[in-house]
Amino acid sequence: MTTTEAPEAGVKIRPYSVNFGPQHPAAHGVLRLVLEMDGEVVERADPHIGLLHRGTEKLIEYKTYLQAVPYFDRLDYMAPMCQEHAFALAVEKLLGVRVPERGQYIRVLFSEITRILNHLLNVTTFALDVGATTPSLWAFEEREVLFEFCERVSGARMHCAYFRPGGVHQDMPAGLADDIWAYTERLPKFLEELEGLLTENRIFKQRTVDIGVVSRDDALGWGFSGPMLRASGVPWDLRKAQPYDVYDRMDFDIPTGTTGDCYARYLVRMEEMRQSLRIMRQCLTEMPKDGPVKAIDHKVSPPPRGEMKRSMEALIHHFKLYTEGYHVPAGETYSAVESVKGEFAVYVVSDGTNKPYRCHIRSPGYVHLQALDLMSKGHMLADVVSIIGATDIVFGEIDR
Amino acid sequence: MALPTLRDLADYLGQLDPDVIGHDMVCGELIVRARRGAIVRVLTFLRDDANCQFSQLMDLCGADYPEREERFDVVYNLLSLKHNQRIRVKVTTDEDTPVPSVAGVFPTATWFEREAWDLFGIFFSDNPDLRRILTDYGFDGHPLRKEFPLTGYTELRYDEEQKRVVYEPVQLQQDFRVFDFLSPWEGMTTVHLPGDEKADQETEDGKAAP
Repeated sequence: MTTTEAPEAGVKIRPYSVNFGPQHPAAHGVLRLVLEMDGEVVERADPHIGLLHRGTEKLIEYKTYLQAVPYFDRLDYMAPMCQEHAFALAVEKLLGVRVPERGQYIRVLFSEITRILNHLLNVTTFALDVGATTPSLWAFEEREVLFEFCERVSGARMHCAYFRPGGVHQDMPAGLADDIWAYTERLPKFLEELEGLLTENRIFKQRTVDIGVVSRDDALGWGFSGPMLRASGVPWDLRKAQPYDVYDRMDFDIPTGTTGDCYARYLVRMEEMRQSLRIMRQCLTEMPKDGPVKAIDHKVSPPPRGEMKRSMEALIHHFKLYTEGYHVPAGETYSAVESVKGEFAVYVVSDGTNKPYRCHIRSPGYVHLQALDLMSKGHMLADVVSIIGATDIVFGEIDR
Repeated sequence: MALPTLRDLADYLGQLDPDVIGHDMVCGELIVRARRGAIVRVLTFLRDDANCQFSQLMDLCGADYPEREERFDVVYNLLSLKHNQRIRVKVTTDEDTPVPSVAGVFPTATWFEREAWDLFGIFFSDNPDLRRILTDYGFDGHPLRKEFPLTGYTELRYDEEQKRVVYEPVQLQQDFRVFDFLSPWEGMTTVHLPGDEKADQETEDGKAAP
């Protein structure tokens, strides 16, 4: 599409457009980006999304509340449990169900495991995008350990379907708490090594410092949340401001950036991992040693398997819950959690039946990607790759 | 002045703004209904007023209630970082009536409005860029409307002979199965089972049938 004319004085290049993706390793999935370029400089970025659209919201309207849970794993597949958390909180609010304390602690513990899972992936693939191969190879090894924790607790490495309305699916197996504790002692050393590779790395800094700067006001107006908002200097974290489950008992700090560029986003994520470790250790020490992990009300959460084999009442409950599901009283709620990428929320409207009438999913990545045009305007083509990497986009949640 | 509760905020908005039709508390969340034509003014007020300062539009979405005269709700979820509060503003519309775009107030609304247009067919006037966003290029229809079938109308596959992706009408191997879960155990007042026709009829001496 390049058109060049050669008038008498020098070469004049008319703006031309570049198709970036959808098959491009730095597009983090199926992002198709139409870039209007003036030479090497981006004049306008127009993301075309929807290539991974699966109609999740429509599908959920045809499923019972429990059947809707696994769809949330498949949205942002790097942070499955945080999203289940949002849906579980919304349904619990509509039902008026209280989760037992141990269940709440387990949820917070695994939300933070999910956060580390995601940040390890994001930080290192971001580094990979700007030229550093080693971090991703290292971090994938650490992530594998975390996936094992998820597998031990739920049976699945990634699509856990573990947080359910009313609590969590089952209690942690024996010995898992000790292994997680050992991991929290081990990881800080790895994070140090990772930072040793990146934080003062000259190439990494050249590619990220002062790239994609978003001011505080822009970040608010464009609906930023999570690390993107905090990197722009707004100390806002739903875990502190509107705590859910037992986050109000946790002692942790909110890291904020000062510059609002890609480098600040990287630094915020690195520090968030350390804070997550702090929360995990508090969970492990404060957690009640035993007790129920899901609501005792068997109209909402299924009875134990053993009881089901002996008690007629329990058998009926089991059958009803897994065929018809529970009926949720009419109402509506907007429930948000601090997911790994920002505010992840579901807007659930129930009409008194066993299926949601409407379930809108507010994904942080969708909002952040919208601002790509704002962030990349005036930057070089190669900087767009940095910006995409630091924005932390996952197409499962953007396209829904 | 920091507003202590959402209830105060509701009263404050109700007195001040003739464009606010009513408000409601559901599940401890404040829902404000606004006139469609005044939505830009209402949101600007909510954003800028010192007692509100809802500086972030976190979410905008549509909802479909086909049995109503104006079938669509447009739902705006706002967040105030200053007061740590959330508020939900709703306007109603139908297939033909445009809703004024709030992209000038909150730039983030642009894509949310595109999404509502794509999935529901709610038209937003003055949106700078109202194209389809999530569905396929050249898609026809608005999939989140209640009358749109879950399976859609077209399916596509790669055709080995033509060496390209072809679109075809959906063919289901079996009907999509929907079960009626409105349980007769709970819904006996409205549901009549076969053979129960006379259950509610009163007998000649005025007593209900056994």
